[in-house]
Amino acid sequence: MFDPHLPHSAVIDRRVQESPGIFSLRLQYVDTHVQDIFEFKPGQFNMLSLFGVGEVPISIVSDPDDSHFFDHTIRVAGRVTEALSRLQPGDRVGIRGPFGRGWPMAQAEGQDVVVVTGGLGCAPLVSVIRYLLRRRDRFGDIHILQGVKNEDDLIWRRQYELWSREHGVNVQLAADMPGKAWPWQQGLVTELINTLDLNLEKTVSMLCGPELMMLAAIAQLRDMGLADQQIWLSMERNMQCGFGQCGCCQVGPKFVCKDGPVFCYSEVADFLGAKGF
Amino acid sequence: MSAQHIAARRPGFMERERLQDFLDVFRLLGYRTLGPVVEEETIQWREVDTIDALPTGVHARQGAGEYRLEEQSDDRLFAWNHGPQAIKPLLFSAEETLWHERLMADGQVDIKQTLPEVKPTAIFGVRACDLAALALQDRHFLSQQNPDPHYRVRREALFLIGVDCAFSAATCFCTSTGDGPSLGEGFDIGMAELDDGYLVWGGSAKGGEIIDGLSLEPATEAQLNSMIQGTDRAAAQQHRFLPGETELKQLYDKLNHGHWDEIGERCLSCGNCTAVCPTCFCYSTDYHRTLDGRSAEMKRQWDSCFSQTHSSMGQFMLRRETALRYRQWLTHKLAGWQEQFGRSGCVGCGRCITWCPVGIDLTQAVAALLDGGLADV
Ligand SMILES: Cc1cc2nc3c(=O)[nH]c(=O)nc-3n(C[C@H](O)[C@H](O)[C@H](O)COP(=O)(O)OP(=O)(O)OC[C@H]3O[C@@H](n4cnc5c(N)ncnc54)[C@H](O)[C@@H]3O)c2cc1C
Ligand code: SF4
Ligand code: SF4
Ligand code: FES
Repeated sequence: MFDPHLPHSAVIDRRVQESPGIFSLRLQYVDTHVQDIFEFKPGQFNMLSLFGVGEVPISIVSDPDDSHFFDHTIRVAGRVTEALSRLQPGDRVGIRGPFGRGWPMAQAEGQDVVVVTGGLGCAPLVSVIRYLLRRRDRFGDIHILQGVKNEDDLIWRRQYELWSREHGVNVQLAADMPGKAWPWQQGLVTELINTLDLNLEKTVSMLCGPELMMLAAIAQLRDMGLADQQIWLSMERNMQCGFGQCGCCQVGPKFVCKDGPVFCYSEVADFLGAKGF
Repeated sequence: MSAQHIAARRPGFMERERLQDFLDVFRLLGYRTLGPVVEEETIQWREVDTIDALPTGVHARQGAGEYRLEEQSDDRLFAWNHGPQAIKPLLFSAEETLWHERLMADGQVDIKQTLPEVKPTAIFGVRACDLAALALQDRHFLSQQNPDPHYRVRREALFLIGVDCAFSAATCFCTSTGDGPSLGEGFDIGMAELDDGYLVWGGSAKGGEIIDGLSLEPATEAQLNSMIQGTDRAAAQQHRFLPGETELKQLYDKLNHGHWDEIGERCLSCGNCTAVCPTCFCYSTDYHRTLDGRSAEMKRQWDSCFSQTHSSMGQFMLRRETALRYRQWLTHKLAGWQEQFGRSGCVGCGRCITWCPVGIDLTQAVAALLDGGLADV
């Protein structure tokens, strides 16, 4: 019987230091059969474990069509991610997954996509951006909006610069407290949203970041006329199992790991931002 | 108990003296037999070989934060109302290893599932509320997209001999949740204890075969009446209750009610309530190296929405205040479960009331929280 607790060994094929605190791992299952049947959607995540150190939930950022490997981009946040950052090609990790529900890529076909990220991390949306860029003709305009507090918080600057050079992609960055050399906006990500000329008939927005930022962005998007069904977000909670069993990730009646981590705003509106959830 | 319910049972009568033979049947069939035994002044599930080990004439006096066993002059073996644990720990272990791995000389790791070794196990004296809770745990651990192999192995080895409750503790309120005091479903053999013996009937094909093998006389009219009197008495002894499920859903409209803070001042955040609750399923995992450094294992242990770690994400804790933890527990149990499992997560066993060291009573909490807030139902 399939055991959802049991990890499969994967070997690091490549390691890229994206910025001082961020690195990417390209992984491949040791067992080729496991690699062959591994399928995922943008927004889904794996539970990544390091021998006897710990296990953490990490989004999959590679393209679902790349079937020979999969990528994770990880920010050093604490004990386990720090230990993972020291791994080199040839080293092994344990993988369970993929888990959760991904982004509404089918709903987004033929539509403009507004990607809003904030704070330090945007990994769950990296997969979306890559997915859109690789299938450029199937989607309308792509807006990538990122807000940070300090200029230095834009920890993956190079990546945003690369995206901004792509055709039909509008990258806008805002820093609340920018330094002198900051070439983009000063202010909040909501002000970036405000500058968009949204086509309300055919837009999907996807959000990821600190919940206060997402709440502000949602309020702004709704003010501009987007319906709740057009607003999607990815959430993070304490995850021990990843598949709806341990109970630790619950937000009201939702299991973030299984019902999410990507939610339509209407599904979590009652609890998002409510103290204690 | 409805006429239909009684008719469906078609029980046979077994004198109390034959109970040892009945127990022996299971031992002969290769079962480990668990039954109620008095230990540490409570009723616990322990291995029993002889009927003498069962608690004769023992009744349990329970109240908020109170549990005391008392001996009465009757010969009943199942007059007690449940001890601190239902069937949960026998299936969802309080702590267990999920897998084990070894680092090999060539750098490979060898990962092995560590399934529990189980013997077929027959449990004597399971109550209606225990079975209702079991059905919910089955749904959680088995009917999901990713069923739990550890729970399954133990579950498949179980044979359940249920017994109607003929008495209620003061903390019981299963009539109001619809889960007792008479056995509903989910048992292999059902029993009702009378003054001089037992009415027994099959609840599953396996159970039916065993009952057929006993060649019992069908119950008399008088015996059937005693059976009904038993559960009627148990029901009449209950005075606590919860409102209906529609009303319970409104707890989510009461998130800012002042009563949460009142409870938060009393609650010790000890997690006793979640440990004794037969439906609570939260756990955390612990992945560590063993002493030799070349092996590691993944363990899981019961967690609780009252623990420090349950709502922690690194430095950030969603529920630092006890009031928020209690609110999480109660709203999830009574309202959240309805969306997740199609019914409230409370089967009315009252354990969380009995085993709370400061006597917090969820039925009172609900009454206070919903008081005056039911205008629109
Ligand atoms: C669905 C999901 C997808 C994620 N995807 C990514 C990703 O692609 N890249 C990435 O860098 N990070 C991602 N994270 C966050 C990542 O899981 C945490 O940074 C990581 O758990 C921190 O562990 P640590 O031991 O290094 O840090 P510590 O601060 O030491 O964490 C201690 C424990 O707290 C919990 N914890 C801490 N931070 C988080 C968090 N943000 N979310 C959930 N639990 C947390 C974990 O159980 C962790 O083991 C994701 C989180 C979730 C829930
Ligand atoms: S919430 Fe309390 S009364 Fe209800 S099932 Fe759990 S322990 Fe029993
Ligand atoms: S309600 Fe009672 S049993 Fe539950 S955590 Fe609080 S003090 Fe402990
Ligand atoms: S991570 Fe275990 S239930 Fe969601």
